[in-house]
Amino acid sequence: MSDPGSVGIAFWILSAIVLISGLLVVSLKNIFHCALFLMLCLTGVAGIFILLHAEFLAAAQVLVYVGAVSVLMIFAVMLTSNLARKKIVQTNQNALVAFVSCVAFVVGALWLIKGTEVWKFATEALPANNTMTIGKLLMTEFMLPFEVVSVLLVAAMIGAIVLARGEEA
Amino acid sequence: MSDNLGNLELIHVFYWLKELLLSTGLGEPYVTIVSYVVLGAVTFGVLALLALFLVWWERKIAAHIQQRFGPMRTGWHGWYQTIMDAVKLLQKEDVRVDKRDKFVFFWAPVVCFVAAFLAYVVMPFGNQLIVADLSIGILYVLAVTTFTVISLLMAGWGSNNKYALLGGMRSAAQVVSYEVPMVAAILTVIVYVGSLSMVDIVEAQSGLFINWFIFKLPFGPIAFIVYIIAATAEANRVPFDIPEAEQELVAGFNIEYSGMKFAMFFLAEFVNMFTVSAIAVTLFFGGWNGVFLPSWVWFLGKTFLVVLLLMMFRWTYPRLRVDQLMEFAWKFLVPLAFANLILGSIMKYLGWYW
Repeated sequence: MSDPGSVGIAFWILSAIVLISGLLVVSLKNIFHCALFLMLCLTGVAGIFILLHAEFLAAAQVLVYVGAVSVLMIFAVMLTSNLARKKIVQTNQNALVAFVSCVAFVVGALWLIKGTEVWKFATEALPANNTMTIGKLLMTEFMLPFEVVSVLLVAAMIGAIVLARGEEA
Repeated sequence: MSDNLGNLELIHVFYWLKELLLSTGLGEPYVTIVSYVVLGAVTFGVLALLALFLVWWERKIAAHIQQRFGPMRTGWHGWYQTIMDAVKLLQKEDVRVDKRDKFVFFWAPVVCFVAAFLAYVVMPFGNQLIVADLSIGILYVLAVTTFTVISLLMAGWGSNNKYALLGGMRSAAQVVSYEVPMVAAILTVIVYVGSLSMVDIVEAQSGLFINWFIFKLPFGPIAFIVYIIAATAEANRVPFDIPEAEQELVAGFNIEYSGMKFAMFFLAEFVNMFTVSAIAVTLFFGGWNGVFLPSWVWFLGKTFLVVLLLMMFRWTYPRLRVDQLMEFAWKFLVPLAFANLILGSIMKYLGWYW
C-alpha cells in the first residue's frame, strides 16, 4: 500500500466497482439485486476511504451502512410480499429530463474542476493513530454536533416507531 | 515478550518473498500484489485445513458427550473422516433448484466463504505473526463479519424456499441484535487499552496471567461472558442456532445447497467459530502471551480451549425459542453489557484498577 503504483491499481479497481454497482442499483429490475449492489457500492467506497488512510471511516462505513442499514433494507424487502417477486420499474416519464440535467451537472462540475489551478493539499503527514484523534475531537471540539446528531437519530427512530404502530393505544 | 524460540515471523517471510519477486524483474506494484496474493493463499490453506480438523473434533466431542465413539474407521480415531467427507462432497451433483434466483444463489456461498476468512488479516497468531496490524484492528473484524449475515440473507433469498428464507431472516435479526452487546463487551476492553489495534490489545496484557483482561478488568468475567454468549449467537451455534433449527426449518438457509456449495457454508461456519474464539483469546486471555512455549502455540492452545467451550455449549444446552432469543439479547445482555461498560469506564477514569 506504500508505493503509488499499487495504490493506483487499487483505486481504478475500486472506482470501477463503485461506479458500475452504483449504476446497477438504479437500473436493475429486481429490488433484492439492487440492495445487494448497493452494499457492493458502499463497500467499494469503504475501500477508497482505506486508500485515503481513513481506516476508521472505512470500518464505520462497512459496519453501519453495509452491516446495519442495508441489512435492514433487505429485511424490509423480504417482509414486503408485494415487492418480493415483482419486476420494478425504476424510471418514470421524467427520465429523459433527469438524464439531461445530470449530464449537464457532470459536465459543469468537470469544467469547474479543470478550471481550478490550485488544489489545497494537507501539508503535514496524518497522525499515526488518527482514530484516537477523531475520538478526542468528537468528544471535545465537536461535542455539540455529535450530540445533536444522536438526538436527531433518536427522534427519527421514535418517529418511525410511532408511524409503524398506527393509531391503536 | 521473551520468547524467541520457534518464533515465525510472517512479516519477514513476506519481505523475503517480495525481494525474491523483485529480483525476477517484475514491476513494484505487481510484486506487492502478487506477494499479498501468495500470503493470502497460504493463510487460506492453513485455515481450510483447520476447519476440516474442527469438524472432526466437533464430531468426536459430540460423540463422547453422548457416550458414543464417533468416526472410528478412517485412520486413528477416524482422523481423516472429514477429508473423505470433503472428497465426497466434491464429487456430488450440484443440485440447482429450478426457480432459484440464479445470480444470488451462486454468489451466496462465495460471499460466506470469503467473509469467514477476511477477519484473519488482523488476527495476531503470535508475536510478530500477523498479516497486517491495522490501526482499526478489532473494528475491522466487526466490520467484515457483517458480510456473513449478508451471505445468509442471499442464500435464503436465492433458494426460493420458504424454510431457507425464514432461516436467512432469522439469522439476520439475530446477528444484528447480538452485535450490540458484543460490541459493548469489546469496548470495555478497548477503554482499558486505548487502542483498536490487535497487537496493542495483546501487548497490554503482557506479563503474568494476572494481566489478562479477564482478571485485570474490574468486571472482566462479566465482559467475557457477555462476549462469549453474543459470539455464540454470531456464529449461529446452539443454543442460538435458530437460523438452521432442524426441527423447525429442516436445515435453514442452506437447505437447497448441495455438493461443494454446501461444503463452503459448512466450512465457513467452523472458520467463524474459530474466529470468535481467537478474538475472545486476544481480548480476554492475553492472546499470544505465555511462557516457555513459542507464542503461536500459546495462541492456538488457548483458542482451542475456547473452541472446546463452544462445542460443549452446543452439545449440552437446548435451543432457545425465537422470542426468548430476542428478549434475552435486548432485555438482559444489552443492559448488562452497557452497565459493565459504563462502570468500567468510570473505574478507568478514577484509576481504580491495577
